[in-house]
Amino acid sequence: MNSKSQAEPKRPGTADPSWVRIALIATALVFLSLFLFIPVIAVFAEALQKGIGAYFAAIVDPEARAAIRLTLMTAAIAVPLNVTFGIAASWVIARFDFPGKQTLLTLIDIPFSVSPVIAGMLFVLLLGVRAPLGGWLANHGIRIIFAEPGIVLATIFVTFPLAARELIPIMQAVGSEEEEAAIVLGAGGWQMFFRVTLPNVKWGLLYGMVLCNARAMGEFGAVSVVSGHIRGHTNTMPLYVEILYNDYQFAAAFAVSSLLTLLAIATLVAKYYLERRVVPVKQEQEEPVVKVAA
Amino acid sequence: MSIELRNISKKFGDFVAVDNINLHIETGELVALLGLSGSGKTTLLRIIAGLETPDTGEVLFHGEDASDVSVRERKVGFVFQHYALFRHMTVFENVAFGLRVVPRNARPAEAEIARRVHELLKLVQLDFLADRFPSQLSGGQRQRVALARTLAVEPKVLLLDEPFGALDAKVRQELRRWLRRLHDEIKITSVFVTHDQEEALELANRIVVMNQGRIEQIGSAEEVYHHPANAFVYNFLGNVNLFHGRIENGRVFLGDTAVELENTHAHAHPETGKAVLYVRPHLLEIVLRPNGKQTFPATVKSINPAGPQVKVELVAEWGDMVQVEISHERNQTLHLETGANVFLKPKEQKLFVYQI
Repeated sequence: MNSKSQAEPKRPGTADPSWVRIALIATALVFLSLFLFIPVIAVFAEALQKGIGAYFAAIVDPEARAAIRLTLMTAAIAVPLNVTFGIAASWVIARFDFPGKQTLLTLIDIPFSVSPVIAGMLFVLLLGVRAPLGGWLANHGIRIIFAEPGIVLATIFVTFPLAARELIPIMQAVGSEEEEAAIVLGAGGWQMFFRVTLPNVKWGLLYGMVLCNARAMGEFGAVSVVSGHIRGHTNTMPLYVEILYNDYQFAAAFAVSSLLTLLAIATLVAKYYLERRVVPVKQEQEEPVVKVAA
Repeated sequence: MSIELRNISKKFGDFVAVDNINLHIETGELVALLGLSGSGKTTLLRIIAGLETPDTGEVLFHGEDASDVSVRERKVGFVFQHYALFRHMTVFENVAFGLRVVPRNARPAEAEIARRVHELLKLVQLDFLADRFPSQLSGGQRQRVALARTLAVEPKVLLLDEPFGALDAKVRQELRRWLRRLHDEIKITSVFVTHDQEEALELANRIVVMNQGRIEQIGSAEEVYHHPANAFVYNFLGNVNLFHGRIENGRVFLGDTAVELENTHAHAHPETGKAVLYVRPHLLEIVLRPNGKQTFPATVKSINPAGPQVKVELVAEWGDMVQVEISHERNQTLHLETGANVFLKPKEQKLFVYQI
């Protein structure tokens, strides 16, 4: 550092004039405040509008507790299934070339491209009491639609691609050489999987789980169609919020909403943390930096 | 353990990677598979390891068919081109991996594992790095860790895929000598793949020159270098000048001039045909006066005196570019300058003739 460069700082050739930078940053901040910060604050303000006592009363209400329980149960079933499928699908896609691979990739994305409401309708058409399959199940005492199984099924459908989509690029970047090395060194299939494959993708997998969990708990459209809105039985948290809101119980509605908002914030924090762990793995693969350590 | 390959072929789609290869490797040999990329040498190595299944043919270890023996039971050590170290494990854990995945009843005790790992790390002179992660090592160090990891399971055969390919020239030379010494010490049957003819010539007992999935020649460094089986081998092992001409009734014509040649290593060839004359740059002499029909005229284009030899680039009378290497002393006696008209005299050449 010489004194001259400090005396007259020069704008690097790639930087924009200061007014452009200020304008862009200001636009971004205004936009963020309008669409993110103010609504989040509003949720909590509305929830606490009638005091902290009313807030907790709304949350411990039996119907609210039932909704929370159903939401947690749905996520507890959907996330492990999603993770299992995600690992299997991404491994197959990243490691093998087979006819129909591109089709499989497209199929995995269908839940993203289809409106959740249509996904819900699809289950009603397939498993409703009037459909042959649904009728047969109903005759055997199994209810899917307007019952918990339908909600779980719909949630699994809409969260289907999340873990797989996250894992495929990581698996591809990591490559199969380490797995081959493990096998040549005498490892069995499961040993290879738990000692080499899984540790290499663990951060990506956790990230996929966080996203999947957030979506599973927050899903509205598909679940709304198959739920039937039976209070205390088939209401998940988002559905319960809607019912409260339509009943003009605004404080209670926002109290339950605030729980979902907290979940969203926790997800964001986890996402931020996990992304920082995932990225170095990817970079190391692209550019094997040779540092002389000795 | 000896290795025998019988009629091995492998296709990827329409691409023939390995085309009917037969090869026998003796116990304790150090063999190089030498060829350009795409010549099938890595595929062949992976077939030996069991990482790739041949379409036809069989691999025999110690005279026994290994076709149905799985990779983990073959007792081969495979060193990958990009090392394939487990990036989430320390150097110690990497080397210990092969010992830890042994079935529980045969697994060595923890203290025994630690002893073996440190012994191997000492062998590759990296014991002080046991707690580092692969990303904290240099390329040469990673390669040595990969080797130690492979040796930990006491393989009967060591297979190395471009072991020094990703290293810079200086480190490569060092590791090459080190590997040679290691092989002399532990005498394990080894096969390595390389595209670097110098590496193959320096390191291997025998060299297998491969091209387009086939073996062009098998022999010692001396044999493949001085007695190449064909034009490809000669061309591949070192720099070479090509002179396109023709042969008529045993007389070689380059351009319109008939050239009489001494010391020609010609292969059995038709008396008449298209001829290609191969001369290594250091086997061409520059003279200032013509000497009968053994010389041909050329013009100096550039002179590069950097290095142990002076590299002179010339244009032959009929338009071909010619590379010549002469000693610094010779350069000083000749007083060469760009644009000078001189004569070239091959000291030794190979003549390969093709039927028209």
